[in-house]
Amino acid sequence: MLEIQNLRVSVLDIDDSEILKGIDLKVNNGEVHAIMGPNGSGKSTLANVLMGRPDYVITEGDILYDGKSIVALLPEHRAHLGMFLAFQYPAEIPGVRPWQFLKAALDARADARGEEKMSVRDFSKLFDEKVEAVGINPQLVKRSLNEGFSGGEKKRHEMLQLEVLKPELAILDETDSGLDVDALRIVAEGVNSMRSPDRSFIIVTHYQRLLNYIKPDVVHILIDGRIVKTGGPELALKVEKDGYKPYTSVGATA
Amino acid sequence: MTSQNTISRTSDLSGQEYQYGFVTDIETDLAPKGLNEDIVRLISSKKREPEWMLEWRLKAYRYWVELNESESEPEWANVKYPKIDYQDIYYYAAPKSVTEAPKSLDDVDPEMLATFEKLGIPLQERAKLAGIAVDAVFDSVSVATTFEKQLGELGIIFCSFSEAVRNHPDLVKKYLGSVVPYTDNFFASLNAAVFSDGSFAYIPPGVRCPIELMTYFRINTADTGQFERTLIIADKGAYVSYLEGCTAPFRKTHQLHAAVVELIALDDSQIKYSTIQNWFPGTPEGEGGVFNFVTKRGRADKNAKISWTQVETGSAITWKYPSVILKGDNSVGEFFSVALTNNYQQADTGTKMIHIGKNTKSTIVAKGISAGHGNNTYRGQVLIMPSAENAVNHTQCDSLLIGDKCGAHTVPYIEVRNPTARLEHEASTSKVSDDQLFYLRARGLSEEEAHHMIITGWSREVFQELPFEFALEASQLLKISLEGAVG
Repeated sequence: MLEIQNLRVSVLDIDDSEILKGIDLKVNNGEVHAIMGPNGSGKSTLANVLMGRPDYVITEGDILYDGKSIVALLPEHRAHLGMFLAFQYPAEIPGVRPWQFLKAALDARADARGEEKMSVRDFSKLFDEKVEAVGINPQLVKRSLNEGFSGGEKKRHEMLQLEVLKPELAILDETDSGLDVDALRIVAEGVNSMRSPDRSFIIVTHYQRLLNYIKPDVVHILIDGRIVKTGGPELALKVEKDGYKPYTSVGATA
Repeated sequence: MTSQNTISRTSDLSGQEYQYGFVTDIETDLAPKGLNEDIVRLISSKKREPEWMLEWRLKAYRYWVELNESESEPEWANVKYPKIDYQDIYYYAAPKSVTEAPKSLDDVDPEMLATFEKLGIPLQERAKLAGIAVDAVFDSVSVATTFEKQLGELGIIFCSFSEAVRNHPDLVKKYLGSVVPYTDNFFASLNAAVFSDGSFAYIPPGVRCPIELMTYFRINTADTGQFERTLIIADKGAYVSYLEGCTAPFRKTHQLHAAVVELIALDDSQIKYSTIQNWFPGTPEGEGGVFNFVTKRGRADKNAKISWTQVETGSAITWKYPSVILKGDNSVGEFFSVALTNNYQQADTGTKMIHIGKNTKSTIVAKGISAGHGNNTYRGQVLIMPSAENAVNHTQCDSLLIGDKCGAHTVPYIEVRNPTARLEHEASTSKVSDDQLFYLRARGLSEEEAHHMIITGWSREVFQELPFEFALEASQLLKISLEGAVG
């Protein structure tokens, strides 16, 4: 599904700004990977680079999606391939209704793939169902995209998009931050219900608590732009108990 | 009757650079270039006008000559253009086939039919479906109106201005120049002297016009000035929604468009006037394009309401301030505008709300989008007269910048002469942010689609004031007009 090879990334137009310092990572079909790390370790950068954010430059390495390099692809083309990024800070876009936005996203992908577009009637039904499922105030989604949404509502809205778009690879960038327990459960239920042999997840998180609800197949510890430790779900529990400190020294000497 | 036609069929708007940039190869009846009393007389006689109309034109012409000699062409607007040579313009151009008055569809020049088809004018059939009656002004002559019979049964008059002069002289005499006198300004004087046609509508007392009235304007002949004049009268308690669309072919020389629109809303009536202005904006390098110098003003009597909604995407230069004189107590004036300037377009547009009556209320929502080297100025005046007890105005001016070579300016003039007035003014300037673009692109929208979505969303407050079909067209126009500005 996804293979990251010796990925080195800097901030565009800024010297000596290397953030990712040689990442290797392989996500197989149907797997859930958690990427954990302290603030500033490069977790969010990794999530954004995978989706093609233009603010970064890849200085070395490659990203393969289904065996093909995607580093030259625009963000929209990655979306058409089936990639999805749930944003940590979703942008506010005045006057654009969430409904209209999501239908346009579905249509753009269908167009790119030469598939038939979903009818407005079917889409409306699906949209209403998912609005209820993720627990967003139905009045809210009639207004502007993310404008006036609380932090939790924004995250629920990201989950709504995830569930409607049904991507093959979903990257969740700190979707759990700022969520109360109820919202956390909704996010987890969404991910769990969508787990399938054809769908993979990369869950970027600072805390272990989301992983109480979503059991990852693989856990990576990312520190200072490098993956310093990879293991099973037990690794997340260890981090919760001991913090990231034990790994920072490893990172420094590696 | 020059304008009884049955022209139908239409085509969709497709995403081309300036898709209206075709020239129709039809024979045109041209008066010689230049302006003098003889030309004014010629226009009047071509229109078979009565003496009083000619007299009015001549008074206007003489007034304009004085203004021209004293170099009173307005220069205060924030626009730059080479001096216009008023002797190098055709003041009258009528398609020949219209002068010969077609009796049915078969008599209409097929080229002209094809032009209307390319324009996507919703004439008869489509118009019926859409509930629109169309009066199309091709160059300066009104070539088609539909629905006249149905409207006639309600006592509604909707016809070309020339017809109104001949058939409804009392109404024209009473209201012509009553809101925009020929002495109003340089371009209004010029228009009064040489206007060749336009639309006229009268809605009788208590009648709600059941369909939207629409006029499509098009300049076809090279070096032709277009000077149409529109007069709309809503009698007591009447309601009308009126739409105006404009296109002009692609030409490397400038074309002058100096129109006048007068609205009269008598007691308890309402006029909603929507414009989509898509005159040729010039080439991406700034060659050619229409100079759009337009005077639009309405008078609202007691409890009356006038709403202007405009989407201005075309013209090399736009100079236009649709205004409302809130004369009657409790009258309401509204102005909703989206003006877009791309490449080397310049727009200086806004409104004037003149509060005279008590408890008068006005709302201004002006949005300017600047891209490329475009320069966009909002200029608006809110004037509260001493008589206007408890007047209220809310003004909101928003600017959106795309790229770093464009300009946005806001020039509000506020004059309050009554202490009971309440005024609010909000202004904002924003840019399309990288975060917004990445968010939409990460969901699969192209950069261009993402820009279009952000800009349409940003303009929504104004678009939602437009009739539904017009709103779609407006959104498409923004998309076409911004091509090349992004990416």
